[in-house]
Parts: sequence; C-alpha cells; structure tokens
Amino acid sequence: MTAANIAPAALPLPFNLRIRQPRSLIALVLIMWLPLTAYVMFGQYLSDSVRNVVLLPAIPATLVLYYIAVTSWKESPIAVIGATLVFFWLLAAVSVPYLPLIDPNKPIAPFAAIGEFKKDHWFLLGADFKGRDMLSRDLWGCQRVLVWGVTATLVAYAVGAFFGLLAGYLGGWWDQAISLICNIFLSFPVMVLFILILNYLGPSGFNIVIAVTFASAPAIMRIVRGLTLDTKSRDYIFAAQTRGEHPLRIMIYELLPNTRGPIIVDACLRLGYTTVAITTLTFLGLGLQPPDPDWGLMIKESTKVAMVLKFSYMLIIPALSVSSLILGFNLLADGLREMSLRD
Amino acid sequence: MLKLIGSRLIQMVFIMGVISLILFAIFDSDKFKKQIAVADLGGFAVSALSDQDYHAWLEKKGLNVPFFRRYLNWAGGVLTGDLGKSFEKNEPVAGLVAGRLANTGILAFWVFALMIPLSLTLGVVAGMNEGSFQDRLTSFISVFTTSLPEIATAIFLTVIFALGLRWFPANAAMVNGWDWRALVLPVLTLVFYDFGYVARMTRASMAEVMSSQYIRTAVLKGLPYRRVVLRHALRNALIAPFTIIVLQLNWLLSGVVVVEVFFQYAGFGKLLLDAALYGDVYVIQAATLVAVFVAVLSQIISDVGYTFLNPRIRFS
Repeated sequence: MTAANIAPAALPLPFNLRIRQPRSLIALVLIMWLPLTAYVMFGQYLSDSVRNVVLLPAIPATLVLYYIAVTSWKESPIAVIGATLVFFWLLAAVSVPYLPLIDPNKPIAPFAAIGEFKKDHWFLLGADFKGRDMLSRDLWGCQRVLVWGVTATLVAYAVGAFFGLLAGYLGGWWDQAISLICNIFLSFPVMVLFILILNYLGPSGFNIVIAVTFASAPAIMRIVRGLTLDTKSRDYIFAAQTRGEHPLRIMIYELLPNTRGPIIVDACLRLGYTTVAITTLTFLGLGLQPPDPDWGLMIKESTKVAMVLKFSYMLIIPALSVSSLILGFNLLADGLREMSLRD
Repeated sequence: MLKLIGSRLIQMVFIMGVISLILFAIFDSDKFKKQIAVADLGGFAVSALSDQDYHAWLEKKGLNVPFFRRYLNWAGGVLTGDLGKSFEKNEPVAGLVAGRLANTGILAFWVFALMIPLSLTLGVVAGMNEGSFQDRLTSFISVFTTSLPEIATAIFLTVIFALGLRWFPANAAMVNGWDWRALVLPVLTLVFYDFGYVARMTRASMAEVMSSQYIRTAVLKGLPYRRVVLRHALRNALIAPFTIIVLQLNWLLSGVVVVEVFFQYAGFGKLLLDAALYGDVYVIQAATLVAVFVAVLSQIISDVGYTFLNPRIRFS
C-alpha cells in the first residue's frame, strides 16, 4: 500500500462521508429501531414520562437514513421510489405519537364520511363503524406491522442462517439431519403451517414471530447453505482452519460476511412476504389482537359492515397502506438487485 | 427416473406420517380437548360442568382413549379409507374434505386456465424484445400486481366490480345454489396476484434463450423470425416456466385460504381455518395431509418434469 492511499483516511472525513461509514449507519439504524421496538413491544412496561420521549431521537435518525438512502442509490430510480415508500411508513411509525391526531381507539362519530366535520373533530379520512378516526388508526397501525414484520424476519434470518452455516460448513450427518427437518417444513403450504402453529400457540405478536420463523427459516437455511458450500473451499477458509480457529468462529467471522450480498436482496423480498403474512393472519383472526389499530384488524372489523360503496373507504384505506409498504419493499429489492448486477 | 420418483414418494409418506403424529400429539393436550368442549357446548356450559360430566362428555366423543391407541385406530382407519368423523359438523371427514376440495379444484382450474396463457404470452413477448417498451411495461405491471397482497386485491376488486359497478356479487357463499358469477372475483384475485411472478420468470427464461448462440445461428442462416421463435426458442424457454407453474399449486393452497374466507366461498382453505379454530382434530389431520400431499406431489412433478423436458439432463 502506498502513502497516497493512506493519506485521505488520516484526514478527518467530511460529515457527509463520515455518516456513510458502516459504523455510523449501524448506530443510526439502532437509534431509529430500538426505541420503536421498545415502544411497540414493551410499551405497557414503560412509564408515561419515558413513553412520551422515547421515540424523539428516532425521528431525526430516520430522516438522516432516508437522506443517505436516496443519495447513495440515486443511480436506480426504482430503489429510490421503494426507499421513499418504506421510509414514509417508518417516519409515520416513529413520529405518530407526536402528530396532532385524534386518539385512535376513541369512538367519536360512527360512519363519518371522508373530510367530514362532526362532533368537534375533523375526519380527514372519515371514521370507521365505531366512530374512530381512520387517519389516526391507519398511521398508528403501521407501527405494529413494521415492528413485528421486521422482528419476525430478523429472527427467521438468524435461525435460518445459523442452521444454513452449520449444514453447509460441517456437512455430513449435520447436513442430512438439518435438511430433512427443513424438508418437512417446506412440504407444508405456508398458510397451513401458519394456521397450525398459531392455533397451537395462540394469537399474539411473539407467536407470529415464532410462526414466521418456522415458515421462513427453512428456505433461508437453503440459500445460506448453498452460499456456504460455495465459499467453503476458498483459501481464506483454509487459512483460518490452519490457524486452528474454532468452527463457530470461522462460520460467523469468515463465512457469514461473505454471503451477505444475495441475502440482502432476499431479505427485502421476505420483509414483504412477512408483512403480507402478518396482515393476512390478523385478518383471519390469528394474529395481533384488538383494540390497538392494525391494518389487518381494520380490514377484518370492516368486512362485515362496509360492504356498501359509500363505506368502502374503511376497507380501501388499510388495503392501500399495506400495498404501498409491500410495493416499497419489492421495488427496493428490485433496485438493489439491479445495482448489484451492474457492479 | 423411476428410482427418483420412488425415493421421493417414500420420503413423502414418511413426512406425512411424522406430521400426522405431531398433529395428533398437539391436539391430544388437555387445552385442546377443552377448546373442543367450549366450541361444542358453549363457554358458559363448560365452566359450569362438573368433573364427572366433563369426563362423560370426553367419553361420548371418544377423546378419553389413550393417545397411542387413538392414533393407531385413526391410522388404521386411514388405510381403509375411513378418516374419522368431524366434531363440528358430525359427518364423515372423507366426504366433507372431498366436497370442499372439489370446490377449491374448480377455483384452481379457472385460476390456472386464465393465468397460464396470460403470463406465458406476456413473458414470451417481453423476453423476445428485451429492453423494449413492452418489456419494461410487463416488468412494471408484474412487480406492481405481485406487490398487492391477495387481501388488498380482493378488496379493490370487490369495491370496483361488486359494490361500484354491481357486475358480480361480493359474496361467493352461493347459498342459493351454484352461480358462476360469484366465482369471478375470487378467481380474478388469485390470477391477479400470481400472473406477474410467472410472467417475470418466463421473461427471464425467454430472454436467456434468445441471447444464446443457437438462436443467433438460426437467425443468421435466414430463417423467418416467427419460425425461430416458435420452433427453436419456445421449446427451451418454456422448461423453466413449466416447473414454476406446477409449483404454483403449492402457493395456491396458501392463497386460497384468504380468498375463500374473504369471499366466504365454501372451499378447502375455509374448511381448514374453521377446523383449526374449532379444534376439529380429524378434519385438521385430513386437510393438512391433503395439503402436504398436493404440495409434495407438485414438487415431485416439477422435478421429474424438469428432468424429462430438459434434453441435456434426459440424455446424460
């Protein structure tokens, strides 16, 4: 390495570049994600004063991340559109407690039409059959879908990647056993598996995470296993083996980082599937429970009363919301794949 | 080839055996017996029931028999074609599942009858002219339609065609007898979600074939373009889509649950969900095994079909 290569790193980087270092990106994602998760999953355990401020730091973090995403993916308009859709809902999720909205669970004016002013409240998107504000419910609903969707996908990835690494790297007996178990799960149609698992465990957010893990981890395991088999014979793996490193260390520090490319694209697609699954399961009555707003729940509650053109906005609004989020994930995956092929 | 099919079939029987045992064990727990009791007698009646009465109820339903004997009885029954009796509807499971499966079969037939020509045509045309306006449009439409979950598509189609234009009924329960118009919206919902994926796969396969050496040779030796596409390209380009279309059967069994529940169509998916919510063990068993059977069978057909259609594998 020549001196010319070292020199720029020694200088302090401009802020615009420093923020793009992996370490700052991870920090930003954590600042955005941890408060949101804490707020949605453990909201009832937080004291009111903590609850009121916990999401404040997440708002600027989300905006900065959006800025980074748009500027670094500007070569692919598809990815930018996808990121815009996803970040719109992320921003809604972190900022919704501070927006001047009507309480989403308070029944005020049943069947108020879109844009109607009724009982001292202005219903921009109307009110549902119990008189709860649709706009407020829709924005609050994205919190649960995003948090549970991403958590479930992450857990499924952790489990799937772990077993994939085990099966791929150790091979032999391990590979046979893990592949057999995965084949059993893969021979179920996904929805049948969801129904069976959630019926057994009972409907709740944490159980959705478990069900999604059972349904997705086998497919992820197959991908990671294939990638591992591919990378296993590289020189740096032999070097690590010769150094006498523990197999677990090799898997996590040598193999895993080198399988990340295809995994990131797959993760975006899978986030979409998980969002669909959560909304669908809630619609079927097996997912998140009332009264807190959720898109699947809004659809479920409205199907019995809103089957008239005049009231169909109760169904269309949550359906549009979930579609836009999934479209965002899919466009993002498409754009990322396009960019990775170009390099 | 026969060896491959044989080993896959043996694996399937093994998997189905394991699954049935696990399901039986799960639904044998006290919690689920209670759930059946609540569904059968009502929550209030069960809480008022004395221990003795509860045991009498268990005995009447045949639920107090020890687990392994019940499982062996059931497994023996399955081999002779007796799938047990539904707790909820009090009729033999075999007839119930067969009837519902036939309804879902009609749905699936129309989905495939519309989806296959549509997606293959779009995919082939887009793959023929890679990068053209038509290609981009097809890509865009298919990303867009596959991004709409079935539940959202069902809502949009219902609002437009049932509530707005009043062309088709919003409900496919068909209480007044069979009505083909009620079937239109469920079929369209499933086609809408699925055709984009198959079209994209067909496009990718077609684009790959069109850029290969032997197609270039065929074009350069002066064959008419139509003939090159129809005789040379299509045969190879349609191998991959074939396997994907067969695998859609597996997806359909998932997708059909939401659509049947939303439109209240009395099909297989709705049966499974209702049975699961009720705790109707024998129906769940039968429905799950049928679902797994169809799913694994579609995987086998897809694998075997691929080796059969692909001359490079067939002759090696």
